[in-house]
Amino acid sequence: MTLPPAFQDWFAKQGWQPHPHQLQLLAATGDSLLIAPTGGGKTLAGFLPSLVDLQDGARSGSVHTLYVSPLKALTADIGRNLARPVADLALPIRVEDRTGDTGATQRRRQRVDPPGILLTTPESLALMLSYPEAPTIFGGLRRVVLDELHALAESKRGDQLMLCLARLRGLAPDLRVTGLSATVEDAQALADFMSGSKPVHVINADPGPEPDIAMLPTAQPAPWSGGGGHYAIPEVLQAIRQARTTIVFINTRAQAELFFQALWAANDDNLPIGLHHGSLSHESRARVEAAMAAGELRAVVATGSLDLGIDWGAVDLVIQIGAPKNVKRLVQRIGRANHRYNAPSKARIVPANRFEQIECVAALQAVQARDLDGDPRGPGPLDVLCQHILLTACTAPFDAETLYAEVATAGPYRELARADFDACLDFAATGGYALRAYDRWQRLMLRDGLWRLRDPRAARLLRMNVGTIVEAEMVRVRLRGRGGAPLGEVEEAFAASLTPGDSFLIGGRVVRMDAMRDMVIEVTPDPRQQPKIAVYSGVKLAMSTQLAHRVLALIGDPARHAGLAPDTRAWLSLQARVSSLPEPGLLLSESFPHAGRWHFALYGFAGRNAMQTLGLLLTREMEDEGLGPLGFLSTDYALLIWSMDPVSDPRPLLAAERLRAGLGDWLGENAVMKRTFRNVATVAGLIQRNMPGLRKTGRQATFSSDILYDTLRKYDPNHLLLRVTADEADRGLVDFGRIEEMLARSPRREHRMLDRVSPLAAPLLLEVGKIPIRGEGRERLAQIEADALMREAGLETVA
Amino acid sequence: MTGYPFDFHGFGFEARTSGALWWPEGRWLFVADLHFGKSERVARRGGALLPPYEGQATLQRLAAEIGTLDPRTVVCLGDSFDDLAAVQALDLHIARCISDLSVDRDWIWVVGNHDPAEPRGLTGRSAAELRLGPVTLRHCAMAGQGPDISGHFHPVVSLAGERRKAFVIGAEHLILPAFGTYTGGLICDDLAIRRLVPQGIAIACGRKAMALPLRARA
Repeated sequence: MTLPPAFQDWFAKQGWQPHPHQLQLLAATGDSLLIAPTGGGKTLAGFLPSLVDLQDGARSGSVHTLYVSPLKALTADIGRNLARPVADLALPIRVEDRTGDTGATQRRRQRVDPPGILLTTPESLALMLSYPEAPTIFGGLRRVVLDELHALAESKRGDQLMLCLARLRGLAPDLRVTGLSATVEDAQALADFMSGSKPVHVINADPGPEPDIAMLPTAQPAPWSGGGGHYAIPEVLQAIRQARTTIVFINTRAQAELFFQALWAANDDNLPIGLHHGSLSHESRARVEAAMAAGELRAVVATGSLDLGIDWGAVDLVIQIGAPKNVKRLVQRIGRANHRYNAPSKARIVPANRFEQIECVAALQAVQARDLDGDPRGPGPLDVLCQHILLTACTAPFDAETLYAEVATAGPYRELARADFDACLDFAATGGYALRAYDRWQRLMLRDGLWRLRDPRAARLLRMNVGTIVEAEMVRVRLRGRGGAPLGEVEEAFAASLTPGDSFLIGGRVVRMDAMRDMVIEVTPDPRQQPKIAVYSGVKLAMSTQLAHRVLALIGDPARHAGLAPDTRAWLSLQARVSSLPEPGLLLSESFPHAGRWHFALYGFAGRNAMQTLGLLLTREMEDEGLGPLGFLSTDYALLIWSMDPVSDPRPLLAAERLRAGLGDWLGENAVMKRTFRNVATVAGLIQRNMPGLRKTGRQATFSSDILYDTLRKYDPNHLLLRVTADEADRGLVDFGRIEEMLARSPRREHRMLDRVSPLAAPLLLEVGKIPIRGEGRERLAQIEADALMREAGLETVA
Repeated sequence: MTGYPFDFHGFGFEARTSGALWWPEGRWLFVADLHFGKSERVARRGGALLPPYEGQATLQRLAAEIGTLDPRTVVCLGDSFDDLAAVQALDLHIARCISDLSVDRDWIWVVGNHDPAEPRGLTGRSAAELRLGPVTLRHCAMAGQGPDISGHFHPVVSLAGERRKAFVIGAEHLILPAFGTYTGGLICDDLAIRRLVPQGIAIACGRKAMALPLRARA
């Protein structure tokens, strides 16, 4: 296909020249994956073949082109952008979006009279495919455009999307699929991920000029610990002043709140600066986005909530506060600055503490070397398949053989064993329990060789629970009084820790909790108080393996310390003098007394999840050895355990066999596993997030997924969902693989007995996030808290 | 397992860490909200197929309490069954265990909103309400009609970041936590509970029973 004259004229009128990759994509005859930086006209490239195809009008009754993006906001934005060429070229095409925000009337109409181009999200696509009309709506589908595929591929949303794509390819065999992605470390892997039965052709656009990226020089050195980055406020403000529009990325929502507040406290020029993160109400986020699009803001402080999304051409500076944790994400964030093609992106990095300074330098070197990181994807998860099977039954009765064959054409499920498919089908049909309790109430029944819903009404409940995004239980926050404005959400665990009168930060202001009503926290603004810090999310991203290796190599080679700040250099050389420096091939540990307790520091550089798992395993071993461990804390780099007696020889404790044996015993009752189980059980459809008519009854009727987990472990330990949970935890929060990697890459062990805290360990003592050892200790803690409360209330003599 | 002893209208009770209430003097054991048949009912109504083991789990804990305390009377304070159909669908094994446990004891099923009538085919007798001296035993506390001992609300407290089942003790109302395995909880601070108990204590169940103040609301 070539660019028709009308289109050439249109490009010329815009003063544009079609990019080579846009023409390449137009000429492509099969499925393609386009890797291009932001601002490269990527989306237009994706749509161009459709627009050319449709210039003479679409066949009615079926969608011609389906566009899938990870963000609702993006679909709306794309809709606006497409409107221009469609109007200018007078193309006879209807473009509509279909997301969770689409009204019921519009949805119904779309099922009867689908638009030529439909813009949607993976969840809405899964939902549409579950309707009996799906074969008609998508039977004439010619093209699918998958936007921001790199982001989708990182989560279960991508796996679900690939299962849906396999279905679409079955419904419309002539389908051509185009994936659009930012720069990734392994384009071929992403191409395999989205491929069906035929290979996908990878098109690499010109990556554009080298980014202008550096550390932001600051008057004060980075502090020893913490993640706030507040020491750099004057320089950040100065940078904002000098740029047109800046995005300040910061890693967690709580940090974003605090940084935003600190920024405003120093903002003497009253520069318009906004705040954007996932816990803010939809309204406040939309307000900030609109102000940003209108060019009314000079800066916005944001979390990953702005990693993707709307193209703000005016952004010319990105500031990253805190270590990026992985190089790929840093590169993608840098790409948010300057969406004009062929103009370099400008970014500045602010490490939050001394350790992070080293990490930032290592990350910069990786960016310059274009050495991106990323862990290979595991096989498609079975909980997603369980949901897919149930939704398939909502469309129409199905044959197991045919469905298995279709699923096995999806990239992530290419290696799926028939036995695993059958286990998922059994789970969907009967619950898959050893005790066959549900013969009368199976969800799916086999009749005339086809699996179908026993009770067709169940389809409604299943459709209400489409999707693989499992949020932490959130509680809404709004201003007190009738019709008080919604401010956002906080995690339920945080909400439970609040008592009336407590204050916290949300949306950049301090509010006081007044009451909790119907699972909504009512607050009044209270600017005078010092806030309790809102803890929104317990899960933090672990530093990538590749970046960890770079950091270790940088620390271990004094010849390369020249690239570090003077205070960091001095810190490392002192460490080398009084103890040793960790280096590749060497696993360094130290024991020293401090504050009346022995401390054991291990510099493993295995990422925070693995270091946390190691902490839990080692403290158990120490308990067995009678060393009396009291608690530990873990960071991406190191583990610190305090105990009654010292660790004098860590080698036996660190034997891989012993750790692995301990893992099996310990895993079961661990909170990490319970959290993972909750995700798995929700995706698989064992736990329902949404129930018709159950919104406001409070929590009396629903019970914690921990109870299901404990019950299954006790009575049905071989259940499918426990197996899926163990697999997922092993790749994610438990990350035992990285402990093994750490042990394997460090054949040399060095243990130093010191008489005081070492320089490298000192910042660890200042870290927050200490984990007390469970068991009696925790019980004592609760007793102390209860006693204190009773004393305070003068109630110790009640009863 | 350390219980928490307290007085309520002249009776010396012990709040057990299991969530059961024990009256040593009369050898009465009280449990609330067993919700037998919950998973079966959810499945019957087209919901999720939950692990079908909660009856077994609830029964094991109840049997352990009965084995330890050897009560003369067992009072189940309503919502013992998730609905009346669940009584008919009850696992034979569970029905037999209940019958074994009730040998030589007075076993009383107080009716609840989930099980508003007598559980047919099971041992024990059924009652809408019961009296223990001046105290009424009923499923759901009634404002102005105390003193009473009841269940229904599934009270829980949040302590050191964990939710724990809790007894709520006020001047007129003593509310038991849910004993059933598949039961959620309502935070003691919820208005539904605090309307009945504006001031009093909550006893949290853990390895030890722990008392917490329920302060008067501002």
